[in-house]
Formats: sequence, structure tokens, C-alpha cells
Amino acid sequence: MSFETTSGNRGLLQAEPLIFETGSAETTGVDLPAPKGESKLGALARKAPLDLPGLSEPETMRHFVRLSQKNYAIDLGLFPLGSCTMKHNPRLNERAARFEGFADLHPLQPASTIQGALALMDELAHWLCTLTGMPAVALSPKAGAHGEFAGMLAIKAALEAKGEGHRKRVLVPSSAHGTNPATAAAAGFTVDEIPARDDGRVHLDDVKAKLGPDVAAIMITNPNTCGLFEPEIKNIADAIHAAGAYFYCDGANYNAIVGKVRPGDLGVDAMHINLHKTFSTPHGGGGPGAGPTVLSEALAPFAPVPHIVLRGDQRELVEHAEGTQAFGRMCAFHGQMGMFTRALTYMLSHGSDGLRQVAEDAVLNANYLLARLKPHFSAPFGASPCMHEVLLDDSSIKPKGVETIDMAKALLDEGYHPFTTYFPLVVHGAMLIEPTETEPKRELDRFADVMIALAERVNAGDVQFFKMAPTLTPMRRLDDTRAARQPKLRWRRGDNQAPAQAAE
Amino acid sequence: MRYLPLTEADRAQMLALTGAKSIDDLFVDVPKGALLKDLVDLPKAQGEIEVHRHLQRLAEKNTPAGRTAFFLGAGAYRHHVPASVDHLIQRSEFLTAYTPYQPEIAQGTLQALYEFQSQVAQLLNVEVANASMYDGSTACAEAAMMAARVTKRKKIVFSGGVHPHYVDTARTACEALGLEIIALPAAVDDEAAVIKALGADVAAVIVQSPNVFGTVTDLTQIGEAARGAGALMVATFTECLAFGLIEPGGAYGADIVCGEGQSIGNALNFGGPYVGLFGVKEKLVRQMPGRVAGETLDADGKRGFVLTLSTREQHIRREKATSNICTNSGLCQLAWTIHMTLLGQKGLTQLAQLNHEKAIALADALGAVKGVKVLTTRFFNELAIELPAPAQGVVDALAEKGVIGGVAMSRLNPRAGMDNVLITCATEMNTDDDIAAYVKALKAVLK
Repeated sequence: MSFETTSGNRGLLQAEPLIFETGSAETTGVDLPAPKGESKLGALARKAPLDLPGLSEPETMRHFVRLSQKNYAIDLGLFPLGSCTMKHNPRLNERAARFEGFADLHPLQPASTIQGALALMDELAHWLCTLTGMPAVALSPKAGAHGEFAGMLAIKAALEAKGEGHRKRVLVPSSAHGTNPATAAAAGFTVDEIPARDDGRVHLDDVKAKLGPDVAAIMITNPNTCGLFEPEIKNIADAIHAAGAYFYCDGANYNAIVGKVRPGDLGVDAMHINLHKTFSTPHGGGGPGAGPTVLSEALAPFAPVPHIVLRGDQRELVEHAEGTQAFGRMCAFHGQMGMFTRALTYMLSHGSDGLRQVAEDAVLNANYLLARLKPHFSAPFGASPCMHEVLLDDSSIKPKGVETIDMAKALLDEGYHPFTTYFPLVVHGAMLIEPTETEPKRELDRFADVMIALAERVNAGDVQFFKMAPTLTPMRRLDDTRAARQPKLRWRRGDNQAPAQAAE
Repeated sequence: MRYLPLTEADRAQMLALTGAKSIDDLFVDVPKGALLKDLVDLPKAQGEIEVHRHLQRLAEKNTPAGRTAFFLGAGAYRHHVPASVDHLIQRSEFLTAYTPYQPEIAQGTLQALYEFQSQVAQLLNVEVANASMYDGSTACAEAAMMAARVTKRKKIVFSGGVHPHYVDTARTACEALGLEIIALPAAVDDEAAVIKALGADVAAVIVQSPNVFGTVTDLTQIGEAARGAGALMVATFTECLAFGLIEPGGAYGADIVCGEGQSIGNALNFGGPYVGLFGVKEKLVRQMPGRVAGETLDADGKRGFVLTLSTREQHIRREKATSNICTNSGLCQLAWTIHMTLLGQKGLTQLAQLNHEKAIALADALGAVKGVKVLTTRFFNELAIELPAPAQGVVDALAEKGVIGGVAMSRLNPRAGMDNVLITCATEMNTDDDIAAYVKALKAVLK
């Protein structure tokens, strides 16, 4: 059935070399006016070779369109990647972000020329604060981890302002995203891990046992990475506050509760919001994101610059920390304006009623999948409802020789992006499935049918099928070990310019 | 609601299968009283027509750069982005893909990343580049922290030519780790002042060329002095287009070359999203922050690409990671790669030359205005001028006349003692008429 073509193409799928293998330094896809050749640079002129290949416009179009066809995407189908909230990206958002009045605006223009942009930022801030029940928000963090960093620096500044800079220990459950401990460390704290319990939840007793005069904060993801709402969250917040520490909430899973629960009512002091998750800005193959961080009354004064202030009917930017309690600056300008525009467009479209429906449908979709899959897979916390994610593990298939990675690769052949694999770390062989609210029932049913058929194939003992998978994708399984042991991170002239050959 | 496919009948049927009686039964773990009974106090859903109108009205309250005679840079630059770039990055397969964690179905993103890394390495003349950072300022902060890790020293020295917002961003990140930032006094043309600040406790000197005043500097001696003192030289930049014409940091032996890539492929967007470029010497690659794509083979022996060296990263190393960064600048990086592919060496060199010539014309025109002195002698497309009056007032008065003349240094750094200094910039977008309008308005304002 499988055969090699002469062209290397396979039907609609075109083989595509690197631009360095097809372009040339003499070719360009732009027509510019001829320069006069004046220079005031003298010896500072570039001598190092550029050697950058150019392609004409039609060749450039083909190159990148061909590449695009080797990608899976939300617009192609269900993208059930747990913890990532791969929901539909409305195109009205894209249009609004490209309005000349937003896209062709420089961050350092005089205040009189940017009133609409500042008003938009204020409106976004109002929506985020109202939805979360928090009094303030720092808009400038550029992604989730950057928002975590802003929140932890606000906590650090608040502690130092109280003369409690000696508090250095941050409690982090072992189920946390890797960014949580990495952020705490980057902010100069030490990380003290709260071990996991069998029920996938953080327990008040375990938190209390860790409390002490050196504890600065706790970082909890809620709903947590096992797809569960932390039932003791309020009591944990109270205990943390009673001990003089702060509560950082990782808002990566906010999609499950938007419009239904306000983190401010749970005792949260700081929480980042991934606009690229809950508020539908596109993931773009890895970014850009945006991570505004909402802050409690206690932390609000320490928010990083810039701040927007109203003077009369004009908005102005405060850009320097001097004379304020701001802990500093997160980035050169005002944050991810292009994402603010998209997120506000999305919020206005949904409204308060639509956003509440988002959370309800996201949770319903996940519980529907849980109900359909539970009889066929091990669902470690499946006895009670989940939030917006279904957590399965490979304990029922592993004895038959098929692991989480094999299930994931088999899904590739079925035309799906797999679930998140091996995360959270606290569940062995985790398969974390997040359908989101933008999936219709028939897509959920089709996905469940596929998963169940794969489980039946495991039971039938067809291990080889899984180990060989994927066979229908543009590439078969790739050798990660080779990539890491013999890193080849760029093209270089003189390297083997033909595609690398397999070692014999 | 147009983005929500479930019907009421679907919801009822699905809820029945879960065994819950009502949707709120699925929120069983939410503490009593915390589950909202009413809608939050915000407007209700609106159709595409109403939302479009609302956003359009906000946009119309701004004055877009293109409606003025525009000469502002200082970290973000107005260049022409070919129409095909924006079309390609909006293809669903790029726009709505995730981080390429499943390489078998993400070769499009991964190959484009590999091409990006290769182009960045060529442009900056470095051995290795990563898959992008959030922007230039955060890339520079990461470079400072990386230098401290590599040298196990705690002091970072910034020249007086580094963009003040870059220094502030690095200060915020570095001081949290107990590192010390030495920011030398603002200086139009004194990157080499960092040499005097070198010592056994200095992890890195961070210099910028072209610097915030536009000055282009030969960094050879600074690099040698840093090496001699066991420190790294970090060369940062805000205008990556300059390297089509001037020598990049890598050619001067910089250990880390990092900065802003917005000029290629990306609109001004009021400050973000942008794309941070980050390149290092090969021996430092395992201390580098951020994602990186690498070449490998698939099970059939075909060349393919994967994210690699992830043992540096937070999802593996947690609190011991080289950085907490997770998300990169995906689409902005893709736009950069597409635009750079369209340009190629020929187009890039030509574009850079056009920018330089526009700046020469601007410098000549402004320098001829009575009371104005051009301070920057060696520039690419940006320069500082001294005015006979505080620059902020002049900028505001020029804006009233439809000219965005630049940014006052006092806005970037109020303590620089440079209240009369204006930083101004010309690109291929400026016409001779723009320059004439600027001169005319400036003469009127200074009268």
C-alpha cells in the first residue's frame, strides 16, 4: 500500500526543502526604490557575511503554505490538549486587532494621540476585574509565566514593605505546572513542595503542616491540573493569610469557572489570566500569549508600571516606578496590545451571559467525555465530576503493553491532536483531555468512539499497531534522543545540504 | 451565541449521561456561597455588527502613525510589511496550532522555527539562536540572568546607551534574584565606559549598538576587555534591521546577542506582541533560555524537526530551569521569518540602506534648523538632537501640527539630565514631504 514517489510529494502533501536549499542571496521578493549609496558608517559597515536566502513572492507563498499543510490546528478538528484550552479563535478578533487605529500605533506616541488605546486597556481591565472579583490588574505581563512572575514580585514587594522580606519559602503542590516552581525560583524564593495525595487534591492539613514564619506564599492552580476544583480552597486561603502569607492562584484553568466563580471570593491575592486560553487569542504555534495578573487590595499598590491614570477626561500613562510603590517594570512597553484587542472583542461578543455559558459548556463537554470514556479507561478521579478536563491514565492498558505515548501516537493516525501526555506528573501515565466549549456534541461522540475503538484494539492484543503509530502522518515518530545528543539547531553553509541520512 | 455549538437539546441529553441533575451539580466542589447565582455585572452578548462598531470607535479615537509625518522609534519602528506576510500568518494551520509538542503533526511550525533560528544566527553572526523570546526587553533581562548563571557572579553593568526601559526591565528581574544592576549615566556616545566598571565581580557588560541615541559603536575593545576580566559581553539592540548594514554584536565576539525583532514582519501594535531575538555562542547553549528546534530523523530515516534540549526548561527542570519562560512569540516569529525570506540578503541590504539614507536626509534637514544640534555622529536610522527647549513640550506641540517628531529622552529616563534631547528616527516609510513638514513644524514650534 505504501510506496515512494519520485517527487517526494504524497498526494496533496508536498515535500518542502529549507529556504536555505532553494533561495539565493541574489533573489528577493520585494521591490524597493533604488538607494543612492550614501553612507556615514565607514568602518562600521557590515563585513560579516549575511548569506540570507531570498525567494520571490510566489515561491515564498508556496513554501509557507506547503509548510502549513504539515500542521494540525483547531480549525481542522478537536484539539483536546489538557491545560491548554484550545478553543475556537473568532476571526472578528483578528480583524479588530488589525484596525489601523490599533495596529499602526506606536507605544511612545504623545498621550493626545492614543486615547482610544488607553480606553481599550481600561475597558479590558474592567472586564477582567469584574469577572474575577479583584480590584486591580497589571496588564503588561506577556504570557502566563510572565504573569506568574509579576504576581510573585508583587507578593515580594508587599512583604518587603511590611518588613517581612525574610519570608522566602513558597509552597507549591507537586501537581503544579512547571512554570510555578520555576517562577518562584526566578523571583528569588525557595520552593517547598506539597506532596500529592491519592485524591488529586490539596489538603488543608498538608498546607498547615508546612506553614511557618518564613512562608511567603502558596501557588495553587484552581481548578487544578487534575481537572478538579480544590474543595478546601477557601480554608487554605484563610490559613495562608492567618500565617501572614499570600495566595497566588495559577489561572491557566480559569476557563472552567469564568462567570461562575470569582477568584476574589476565594481569597486569591494574585492570579494571571492567559488571554490565549480563556479569552480565545490564537496560540499561533507557541505564542504570542498575554498574561494580565489580577491583584488583591493588599497587592494592588505594588503593580508594575505602566499605570493608566485619568486626569480630567484624558488618560495618561505613568511609566516610572519612582514616586510610586510599583515593584518595577515587566517589559519595554505596555504589554500585548494586540492580544488585549482580541480578548476584549471576545468578551464583548460573549457578554456576561455568554461567558458563563462558556464555563458551563466547557465543564459539561468534559463530563460528557468522562461519562463516555470511564467504562473503557482508568479514570483515577472519575468517581466524582471533573471540571473542564478529563484525567485518564494508562494503568488499564499498560499491562497489555500499550502506554500513554502509544495511545497519543495512535490518535495522530486517526486525525486528532492527542491529549496532554504524562501531565500532571502526580498521576502515572496521565492522559489529560480538555475538549473546551467550542466542540459540538457530534465531534465529542466521534472522538469518544475513536478512543473506545483504540481501547478495544488494546484489549485485542494488537500492540504492534500502537508501537508502529503514527504511519499516516507527514512524519513518523521522530528521534528526540538524536536531536538532543547531536544538536543541530541551524542550517550552515557547507553542512550536508542534502537531507540528513539515517545512520546505518 | 455564535461561538457555542451545543443546543439546549444537546445539553439536556449530555447532562443526563453524566448523571447530574443540573449543571451546577457538576460544580459540586465549589465552596457554598462562592458559586455565583447571578450574572456578573457586565454587558450581555452582542452580535458581530455591534462589537465591530464598538472596537472601531475605540480605534478611531487614536491617531495612527500613518496619518502623521512620523519619526518615532526608540524601541519600535514603523516599516512596511508585505501583504503576503499577514496573509500567511493568518492561515488556520499556523494561527490555530499549539506549541509543536507532537512533531509528527507540527512539522510546519517546526521547520519554520528551524529556518527562523538559522536566519537569526546569520543576521546576528552568532553560532546558535533560540526560537524567540517575548520581546527585546525581556530577552535582554534573560541575557543578564544567564550571564550571572554562567559566570556565577552577581553584578551586571549597563552602558549609558542601553534603552532605559530595557535597563528597568532587567533591573526588576535581576534584583529579585539578588543580582546588582549598575546602570551607567546616560551617554550619547560612550558604550566603552563599561570597561572602567569591569571587575572580578562583574558577570556581564551590556551594551547596545545602535544605542538608544542611535549611535553605532565598534564593540571590539569592549569585548576584549570583558573577556580579559572573565565577564560576558552582551550586545543588545532595538532595531534589528540595522544589521543589514552594520556589523552585528556576534562579529565583535559578543557572548550573547539579543534584542527586538519587531522591525521585520511585525506592525507597531502599540508595543506588543513583538518578537525577541536571542543568540549565543555554542558553548553556552545549555544555559540558554527558551525553546529551541533541532534537526533529527523520523522512524523512516527522513529529516524532520523537533523541540529539543528541553532539559533546560521549566516543564522538565521546574525550579532548576534556566528560565520560567514557556510561551514564545510564535506568530510574530513566523512573520519575521516570512518577511526575511521575502527580503533575502539583497532586499535586506537595500532596505537597510534606504533607512540609512532617510536618516541622513533627516539629520541634514533638522541640523539646519536654527537652535537644533545633531548629537549622534555615527547613526543607522535613528539619532538624537538637542533642542533649545524641553523636548517633551516640543513633541506635544509638534503632535498638534500632525507631526510625531520622536520621543523626549526625559520621557524614557527623567533622571538623565537630558531634558532638551529628542530621539528621532527615519525609515523607508518617510517621504521627502514628511521631512519638509517636520522642518516646517519644528521651526514654527521653536519660534
